Amino acid sequence: MDYGLLSSIIHAILVASTPLVFAGLGALIQERAGVLNLGIEGLMIVGALAGFATALAGYPLLMSVLAAALAGALLASIFAVLVLRLYANPVATGLALTLFGLGLAALAGSQYVGQAAPQVDTWAIPVLHHLPVIGHALFSHDPLVYLSILMAFVIWWFLKKSRAGLILRAVGENHTSAHALGFSVRGIRFLAITSGGALAAIGGSYLTLVQTPLFVEGMTAGRGWIALALVVFASWRPFRVIAGAYLFGSVTILQLHSQAFGISIPAQWLSMLPYIVTIVALVLISARGEKGLAAPGSLGKIFRVSR
Amino acid sequence: MRGLLSKVLAVSAAVLLAACSDSEQTASQATDKKEGQIKAGFIYVGPVSDGGWTYEHNQGRLAVEEAYGDKVVTTFVESVSEGPDAERVLSQMANDGADIIFTTSFGFMNPTIKVAEQFPNVKFEHATGFKRADNVATYSSRFYEGRHVLGLIAGKMTKTNTVGYIASFPIPEVVRGINAAYLAAKSVNPNIQFKVIWVSSWFDPGKEADAAKALIDQGADILMQHTDSPAAMQIAEQRGIYAFGQASDMAAFGPTAQLTAIIDDWSPYYIERVGALIDGQWASTDTWGGFNTGMVALAPYGQAVPQDVREMADAAKLAISEGRLHPFTGPINKQDGSVWLKAGETADDGTLLGMDFYVEGIEGSLPSSN
Repeated sequence: MDYGLLSSIIHAILVASTPLVFAGLGALIQERAGVLNLGIEGLMIVGALAGFATALAGYPLLMSVLAAALAGALLASIFAVLVLRLYANPVATGLALTLFGLGLAALAGSQYVGQAAPQVDTWAIPVLHHLPVIGHALFSHDPLVYLSILMAFVIWWFLKKSRAGLILRAVGENHTSAHALGFSVRGIRFLAITSGGALAAIGGSYLTLVQTPLFVEGMTAGRGWIALALVVFASWRPFRVIAGAYLFGSVTILQLHSQAFGISIPAQWLSMLPYIVTIVALVLISARGEKGLAAPGSLGKIFRVSR
Repeated sequence: MRGLLSKVLAVSAAVLLAACSDSEQTASQATDKKEGQIKAGFIYVGPVSDGGWTYEHNQGRLAVEEAYGDKVVTTFVESVSEGPDAERVLSQMANDGADIIFTTSFGFMNPTIKVAEQFPNVKFEHATGFKRADNVATYSSRFYEGRHVLGLIAGKMTKTNTVGYIASFPIPEVVRGINAAYLAAKSVNPNIQFKVIWVSSWFDPGKEADAAKALIDQGADILMQHTDSPAAMQIAEQRGIYAFGQASDMAAFGPTAQLTAIIDDWSPYYIERVGALIDGQWASTDTWGGFNTGMVALAPYGQAVPQDVREMADAAKLAISEGRLHPFTGPINKQDGSVWLKAGETADDGTLLGMDFYVEGIEGSLPSSN
């Protein structure tokens, strides 16, 4: 095995997986608060456009990412108002959010088609990036790759260790009890939806800022749906979201490499492989029963203040 | 009661939103035709803004408007998926009074034939297919002529002797392109090797970029593509290697990377066919135009292409358009070693249109298309 190639493959896997990590974490934080948001795909593409437009206007990476996050939070707040205040059906509203986001980005993005964003600098980690093989593979990436991993740590700490995280989980597990204890179910869910929307949008912006610095409509190509499946796959745990995203990224990249090596598996099978892996993982997890699934108790249920 | 009401409201809101943002978009210009006008419809597989295949078809549509002014109105539907949905879009277009409909992707073949049976008075034009009827004509371009020139340039300019090829679906059109490019490259560089990745999509920039990276990581220093987005060109630019644009000039995405690009120019054909309909001369024909008709063109050479390579490419282009050179001239064996063309023999159009085999020397096997 050629170590240079191995290193490049791992590098490519991390890049291909990063949008899924952000989007998966964005979906996770909402679902842990009991909100099922099927609008991840729409949030991603709007983030992709907002980040791209900002980068094209000459702003630095940080501003582009913030712009994407803001756009995602704004779009998600529409969903939040519809679902939390107007008691709209979350499934239908989430689907509408996806369609709306795709259409909005296509409309607003038509003027950006055919332009290329400036390349993002890599942040090689001192010392470590000189290591053989893993130096290039793991420690010489763009800042967003590190940020995605950092976000998983932050979310893990928040859910597991902080009081605010405990409250958020309580709202997700049983919103009636949380309400009875005096917590603002709607307020907490609003924050979860907007911050989750911001994360999903950052995931989308990774596509247009780093992976392929161009914008065309529909370029998220179903990644938002994969992110939703990842959360179930990860049984609602942040580190498992990372693991799932990297697994998915690996299958995607390895099937391309196996073709270039001349290994003859029908192309259609290779394209199906990542999705088959997801389905198999879902089956294995649900085979472990309710305990294994560990879905938040109030997930997707409409909360009404009873008087 | 309140619960039911809110559900109804939510669902209707959702449907409303969905309707507003339906991913297919119809042209917004006035599509009602006046008396004596011809209405020309176009259906596209990708978005008009793809910067490649669909973009060039839309340029052709605009050229028709330009050429005939008040005599025609045009309409289009973009991002139509290949399959049953295409039938619905086609029927709707025919019902809305279209006189001629151009269906611009291989996968629209069966829907076109089916809808054409139901609307015998509407003329249909299907791109890159092989099924015709009294009111269905077919047209395509001999892109393989362009691929031949690309192959020559690639063979001369590669340093690693490895060309990476990003392919979409194993249909004759794509297979023909790979074979033509490979044979040409091999003729000037006996050590050439082609690595082919099938991405099973015409348009997925993320996946095309990943495929480009995989090919470069495995040693390719020149990329060719038969997919529609400029993602691979961009990766080539980033990595400091070379690539060929597809369907459209992609120099904006790879100012130093682009060696040249095959440009599809549908305008002459579309203008001719709509003109024939206006004059009442339209008939079901099969058109396959190459360099000689202007339907296949090459973008200006990139700075990296040396003078001797430019001269060789220009000479090949001229020879092809004058009919002195056929990119598929024997001796050529199929991949399994069996003889396809004997020395001096040239391929007939029938075999080329149904091409489902690699030529000898290409590694890997062709994925089955069904």
